[in-house]
Amino acid sequence: MEIRSERNDGRLSLYPEGEMTIYHAADLKPALLDALGQSDAIELDLSAVSELDTSGVQLLMLMKREAVAAGKSLALSGHSPAVLEVFELLGLGGWFGDPQVLPPNLQASARGAA
Amino acid sequence: MSLDLGEALQTFFAESRGLLQDMEESLLRLESESDDAESINAVFRAAHTIKGSSGMFGLDAIVAFTHKVENLLDQVRNGAVPLKEGMIGLLLACRDHIERLLDFAAAGEEMDADARTHGEALTAQLSQCLGKSATVPAEAVSPLESAGGRPMAGDTWHISLRFGQDVLKNGMDPLSFLRYLGTLGEICHLATLADALPAAAEMDPECCYLGFELCLKSDVDKARIEAVFEFVRDDCDLHILPPGSKQADYLRLIAALPEDNARLGELLVASGAMTARELEMILTAQESAGASQATQKPLGEILVERQIVQPELVNAALSKQKDARNRQAQEAKFIRVHADKLDHLINLVGELVISGAGVGLQAARNKDATLMESVSGMARLVEDIRDGAMRLRMVEIGETFNRFRRVVRDVSKEIGKDIELVIEGEGTELDKTVVDKIGDPLTHLMRNAMDHGIEPAELRASRGKPVKGTLKLNAYHESGGIVIEVSDDGGGLNRERILAKAREKGLIPDDGGNLSDAEVWKLIFEAGFSTAEQVSNLSGRGVGMDVVRRNIEALRGTVDIESHAGLGSIFRIRLPLTLAIIDGFLMGVGDGHYVVPLDMVQECLELDPARSEQRDYINLRGEVLPLLRVKEHFGLGGRAGRRENVVVVNSAGRKAGLVVDELKGEFQAVIKPLAAMFAKVRGVTGSTILGSGEVALVLEVPALLTEAARKLAA
Repeated sequence: MEIRSERNDGRLSLYPEGEMTIYHAADLKPALLDALGQSDAIELDLSAVSELDTSGVQLLMLMKREAVAAGKSLALSGHSPAVLEVFELLGLGGWFGDPQVLPPNLQASARGAA
Repeated sequence: MSLDLGEALQTFFAESRGLLQDMEESLLRLESESDDAESINAVFRAAHTIKGSSGMFGLDAIVAFTHKVENLLDQVRNGAVPLKEGMIGLLLACRDHIERLLDFAAAGEEMDADARTHGEALTAQLSQCLGKSATVPAEAVSPLESAGGRPMAGDTWHISLRFGQDVLKNGMDPLSFLRYLGTLGEICHLATLADALPAAAEMDPECCYLGFELCLKSDVDKARIEAVFEFVRDDCDLHILPPGSKQADYLRLIAALPEDNARLGELLVASGAMTARELEMILTAQESAGASQATQKPLGEILVERQIVQPELVNAALSKQKDARNRQAQEAKFIRVHADKLDHLINLVGELVISGAGVGLQAARNKDATLMESVSGMARLVEDIRDGAMRLRMVEIGETFNRFRRVVRDVSKEIGKDIELVIEGEGTELDKTVVDKIGDPLTHLMRNAMDHGIEPAELRASRGKPVKGTLKLNAYHESGGIVIEVSDDGGGLNRERILAKAREKGLIPDDGGNLSDAEVWKLIFEAGFSTAEQVSNLSGRGVGMDVVRRNIEALRGTVDIESHAGLGSIFRIRLPLTLAIIDGFLMGVGDGHYVVPLDMVQECLELDPARSEQRDYINLRGEVLPLLRVKEHFGLGGRAGRRENVVVVNSAGRKAGLVVDELKGEFQAVIKPLAAMFAKVRGVTGSTILGSGEVALVLEVPALLTEAARKLAA
């Protein structure tokens, strides 16, 4: 698990790579919260997240809550298939309120539902 | 921190294998009594539990396949599909397939193409059995009587889940439970609650704080939904409301959950479980009730109070709990100990026996009467300890025997004979290592008896015997050893045919017709011997019976045959109870000591120097007895004894005389293996330590017999 970060006009972009699971939760929490303290606008690019479990979801929710409480903006982007599957299961898309790009197979079913 | 699922997974494999064993036993029982509801239930439960547990570990292949099996079993259980004879064969094949899938999973491999096609074929057959009634019908919901308001709008199960903080640390991921729940039906609405998340600083990233409210559209019953969460039952707060629950139930649910009432109400409205108006009514009702908010009753109590669950569900749940308790009680009676620890203990006891003998020797040498008395008291205790330690390794043979029910069933189907297996003496105990190694030779003897022993039905009928053949497995203790009998009520061995065959194969000279029955029967254990006129799939390829004999001899056992023409035959395997300690016969050659197993010693005689001019054999009451001079065989120096003795040893019907200097008598030998560098020394199997601290070698009699015979021939 590695988090690469990039700074762009005061906007901090984070790129967590690999598993966001219980195995890494202890390291992830300080890393993510630390980033939250560094900037007012944060983008979390989830495209390289290969696996997401409850502990990972929880950390994302915690981060979002903390960001909102501090009046900062936290945007999730580039949801990887693993992330999308979990968000879909838990009905969290709306909770975070970020645009998600559906992969082709989910797109089809979304259209079918509509 | 590392979370290790390995241990839980190993437990899962072990338990699943146990369940498969139960499943097999129940299926076999069903074959004889097809309407035994308890057995059907047992099979169903086994399949169901395996499916549930595999789901937890993400073993999707097992879940998918077992699900199909379970469907059929469910139908059989409900009486929707009658249990036909062919179906049991299919279910047994399915059981085997599940076992195979488990093996793949245990080895961490994907299933191979062969297993896949096999699985698909089985699935197709399962669907065929299910026929049109392929869908599992909804459990009939009995009308609800009690007051508490009209049913709410929802037509789905409402499930409230609050996971305990430790689930993640216990290696469970709540997501996998939800995913598995999704396989039971459609999760039409799911809300994730993060209300319990503490402030950032206090939040432990390895604890679980999430809760879930969800609606499940499914026609399974409540017990099955609950079973999904069986693994986290103690670790999660679970509320399940069936479709059509009443306002009051939701009211209680809201009161029982930790989150804010109004917020929960909104969630329920959002999920379509109730309308906004109903929520308003509930909240008003709650305010007037006042106190109800404070009471948090356990789920079971609420359920009972509400009379919401059908009585049979309550009963099922109760019996399940009782099962679990019984299992625990049984576990408490056993301790699982690593075999190495046991071996170590037995080694130590062996040392104790040796040093005890040493002390005894000292006491005798010093002629100290009181010391000798104490030593003999101690010796008795040591003997008890030795017996106790050996008994720790003893297991009942019943489990091995029961495995043969399946073998008998399959083989009798295959060869088209109706054969019943009778098992006796299941409680007889013997050493674990022996039990493990006796399976193969037994299987072969059983197959042989079914294939060659028991006659075809027509022949049996014409001989006036019951059409159904009987095969019997029996075990009992006899003079410090164990006897295992495989007997059949078939035609018995055919003396003439065996003799003819043996002559043809050159095993006996052409005129060798005056052999005793026992000697003739022994011929079938010779390599390359087979009398079956028709070579079948099972036996009759001429391999096997000699392998059986060799396997049994490797366990220091013997096998003999009793046969009566037309009445059947009995194969009797005699085995020592243990491999670690033997009753030996101690001999001296030069300055060294040698031990042979006592039961192989036939007699001892003095070697008459006048008649030993023939160095390689003597005349023993008219019989040629080959001699093997131990001193020469091992290349020992030293002066010859004043007189030499011959120990006549006998193994598997062969005899030879070992020429030694001194006879020292019986000796209980704790056998120690020799180091690897002595592996090539022929004629020695191990060593043992005498009371005096000297080392004696344990001779390998069969090898010495071969050597003696070779020398004589040369």
